[in-house]
Amino acid sequence: MLDSIKDFASEFFVTGDPLILGAQVSIAIAMVAILFVLSYFKKWGWLWREWLTTVDHKKIGIMYIICSILMLFRGGVDALLMRLQLAMPEMQFLEAEHYNQIFTTHGVIMILFMAMPLMFGLFNIVVPLQIGARDVAYPFLNALSFWLFFWGAMLFNVSFVIGGSPDAGWLAYPPLSGLTHSPGVGQNFYIWGIQISGIGSLATGINFIVTILKMRAPGMTLMKMPMFTWSVFSSCIIIIFAFPILTVTLALLFLDRFLGTHFFTLDAGGNPMMYINLIWMWGHPEVYIVVLPAFGIFSEIAATFSKKKLFGYKSMVFAMISISVFSFFTWAHHFFTMGSGADVNAFFAVTTMAIAIPTGVKVFNWLFTMFRGRITFTTPMMWMIAFIPCFVIGGMTGVLLSVAPADFQFHNSYFLIAHFHQVLIGGVAFGYFAGLYYWWPKMFGFKLNEHLGKWAFWFWNIGFYVCFMPQYVLGLDGMTRRMYTYDFDMGWGPLNLVSTIGGFMMGIGFIFQVWQIAYSIKKNQKDVTGDPWNGRTLEWSIPSPAPLYNFATLPQVEAVDDWWEKKQKREQGIAPPPAPPLEPIHMPKNSGIPFIKSLLWFFVGFGFVWGWLWMAIPALIGVGICMLVRQFSYDTDYYIPVSEVQKAEAQARGAAL
Amino acid sequence: MKSRKKVRRFIVPLLFVSILVLLSGCSESIRVLDPKGPIGESQKDLILISSLLCAIILVPVLALTAFIVYRYRDKPGNKAAYKPNWSHSTLMETIWWGIPVVIITILAIVTVKGTYDLEPSKPLDSEKKPLVIQATSLDWKWLFKYPEQGIATVNYIEIPEDVPIRFELTSDAPMNSFWIPELGGQMYTMSGMAMKLHLQADEPGEYYGSGANFSGEHFADMKFTVRATSEAEFNKWVESVKQTSPALTEEGYQQLAKPGKADVQYFSSFPEGLFERIVTKYVVEGDEGHAGHRQMTTEESPSSEPEQPKSDMSHEHAGH
Repeated sequence: MLDSIKDFASEFFVTGDPLILGAQVSIAIAMVAILFVLSYFKKWGWLWREWLTTVDHKKIGIMYIICSILMLFRGGVDALLMRLQLAMPEMQFLEAEHYNQIFTTHGVIMILFMAMPLMFGLFNIVVPLQIGARDVAYPFLNALSFWLFFWGAMLFNVSFVIGGSPDAGWLAYPPLSGLTHSPGVGQNFYIWGIQISGIGSLATGINFIVTILKMRAPGMTLMKMPMFTWSVFSSCIIIIFAFPILTVTLALLFLDRFLGTHFFTLDAGGNPMMYINLIWMWGHPEVYIVVLPAFGIFSEIAATFSKKKLFGYKSMVFAMISISVFSFFTWAHHFFTMGSGADVNAFFAVTTMAIAIPTGVKVFNWLFTMFRGRITFTTPMMWMIAFIPCFVIGGMTGVLLSVAPADFQFHNSYFLIAHFHQVLIGGVAFGYFAGLYYWWPKMFGFKLNEHLGKWAFWFWNIGFYVCFMPQYVLGLDGMTRRMYTYDFDMGWGPLNLVSTIGGFMMGIGFIFQVWQIAYSIKKNQKDVTGDPWNGRTLEWSIPSPAPLYNFATLPQVEAVDDWWEKKQKREQGIAPPPAPPLEPIHMPKNSGIPFIKSLLWFFVGFGFVWGWLWMAIPALIGVGICMLVRQFSYDTDYYIPVSEVQKAEAQARGAAL
Repeated sequence: MKSRKKVRRFIVPLLFVSILVLLSGCSESIRVLDPKGPIGESQKDLILISSLLCAIILVPVLALTAFIVYRYRDKPGNKAAYKPNWSHSTLMETIWWGIPVVIITILAIVTVKGTYDLEPSKPLDSEKKPLVIQATSLDWKWLFKYPEQGIATVNYIEIPEDVPIRFELTSDAPMNSFWIPELGGQMYTMSGMAMKLHLQADEPGEYYGSGANFSGEHFADMKFTVRATSEAEFNKWVESVKQTSPALTEEGYQQLAKPGKADVQYFSSFPEGLFERIVTKYVVEGDEGHAGHRQMTTEESPSSEPEQPKSDMSHEHAGH
């Protein structure tokens, strides 16, 4: 009996690695500490009422952002472990298998559990405020999306202490990810973690398309929408076409592993190429999903901090939409070297480089937004400015990669690694950081410390170039991605060491950001204006943090930068039209179902990971019950009475005075 | 404070310049930029041409960025024009759309031409008859067979210089990618397919080769040396391998194919039709097989194969 428990535990928990043991101990300590603090301060009820059951888009956005910062930490630690292992030739720091697990989880976490939630967090906080809405179109679905993401991410993250991490690469090509070559549970964690959170992402895409199309304030035609909202819209269009492909692909891979079907195995007529095509039909559009909102953020920031209208609004919109369409015609450039033949390669080479055209136009438009403006160097603006050279260089190396016959020399090398980190860090991460700094006062009612922010900025930026520029050279020198060690005589040692130093500089940048947040919370220099940056769009017209109902009366929109125009008019002494009388505000009620249902999905996933139908099937039934309960809940909304709105507004104004 | 700001303003452009210097300074020792064969040479030219085309946009944009950020900074007494509502200019936007369109069109033409010229399955122009080497990626080693010479090696290739080499690539393990940076770009190795890659070494020397696509735990150990020598030396090497090395038997291959690392090995012979059997391993009766399969060499007649566990499949397939 004891022996069988021991056997089970040794399979269930990952043992034998001191690094992982340390992680296990710290996870246990952290959990005990959290439970203790919540109990000691009697915060369980508060946690449940205010956060776990909330359907308020602003709170959901904040939860997304907290999660993504935690995931940035974990993915960043993974990155630094890898860089340590590669710092010198023939390093003995990590075993081959452990290294493989780390780069796999690094990729998955950074794209799906860091970039995506940070993006969704900004969607949630900004879009309703920017379009003058009181909530998203489907608040309940929004909460469900968040909790699906959360529990999917948790499922993926427990793999490294329970059962073992996946190690077949972040896109898990079969046959390597099939049962024969990856017999452990790690690959199952991969499938279910991504599957559960991916369904949440799809729902978010639908939610925001409807929100943007149906919930805009009166007068805000499509061509008067702020550019960030446009970018969210184009990103969501890609989401609703790309994520179903991911869902199906992972489902088929799971069937291969669990039921022994042969979709992606060569024996019995399957084909791994099918998987590679499918996963990149999702995977390539995915990078545009995350980068388009960053473009939107930069457009807002460039205009605000140059005190000037965005240059070429129509071009920007057209460029964004054409990128979202074109993103679906480039996936085969990920396997130019699989012998598709010259016709296919030529086609995908040209479609890939064509994306550089609208992207290039956007860069020119940002430059001309700053041209003849008045640029102030706040932290968001500094990230915006640093983004331009970084993204332009990254984009250029992308164009080089799209030259199919030359790609034969770049593919799978560190040149490629340097390229995509440059566009993903220089574009996406810089963009979301800028957005976070920019909208932070709107979320929490206080600004982040600029001084510490600039330290973070310089460490990140210089660290970035020190880390990734050597990798371009290493790639051209024949160093391939995912190798856990290399020989002394390859001559790759010095550049790798430099790259590792750069990686740690970015790590220091991250520490500065955490310090900055902690310091600013402690200082809490309240933003009493609601408009600390002298903003241009509607979210700056209301108090910070935004009241529960966002807008006491819905704004009447007349121009692209409506809030800016109204401020200009007021300065010229033109009085704003009298506000219409307040009315009771229709709001959705909180619900525990999204949290409970997603937690049940976690158990469904966990059950299938281990092949425990006794866990998966009851949990699935529980999911069904949740759906039924929701189906028959009629008491899902309420009205905020005028008296309460008046009170809240007076309070906000009081704070402003 | 003021001087520190100035320093900062120049750090970023300075970094780019240093990168460019770094890149150009290293070009003599960087494998891809110092190729030793015609394919690698053409690919290097393409890399340089496309870099140059990109630089036509890159350099002015970087300069313009630095200029605009400096010129229009919000500073008391800045005399530069300020036009807060200026947001459209048809002329300028036409130019902004026009420049990338022109550059990308030129690049697309260059690319399409290069794609057809450098299609890896296309034989090289040469008076000499190509040498065939069949490469199989295994877990975690490379098996190379010389069907005409009748020898095989593990993790080592010897080739004669100035002779076109026709690599035939397949895999008996998760897919990998066959890459010798100094000779030319890579090609995937995949089960059930035989891909072709033509390369040639112009001068004698030792070149680094590796598996470029992740294929599991010890994929980083899938590297091999390519030695290019004179034809006479190559023939001598073949003879010595024939004289001094053991034969690769069917059982020997089964052992070799098992997951694990391997050192360099030489074999004086190998089971006939082994490569074809690996490629056709998964062909189901009545199936046409995969596209790559039809391109296979037929130098070896399947009917002359000794009876082997999997050979019934290839017999059947040959009968289609």
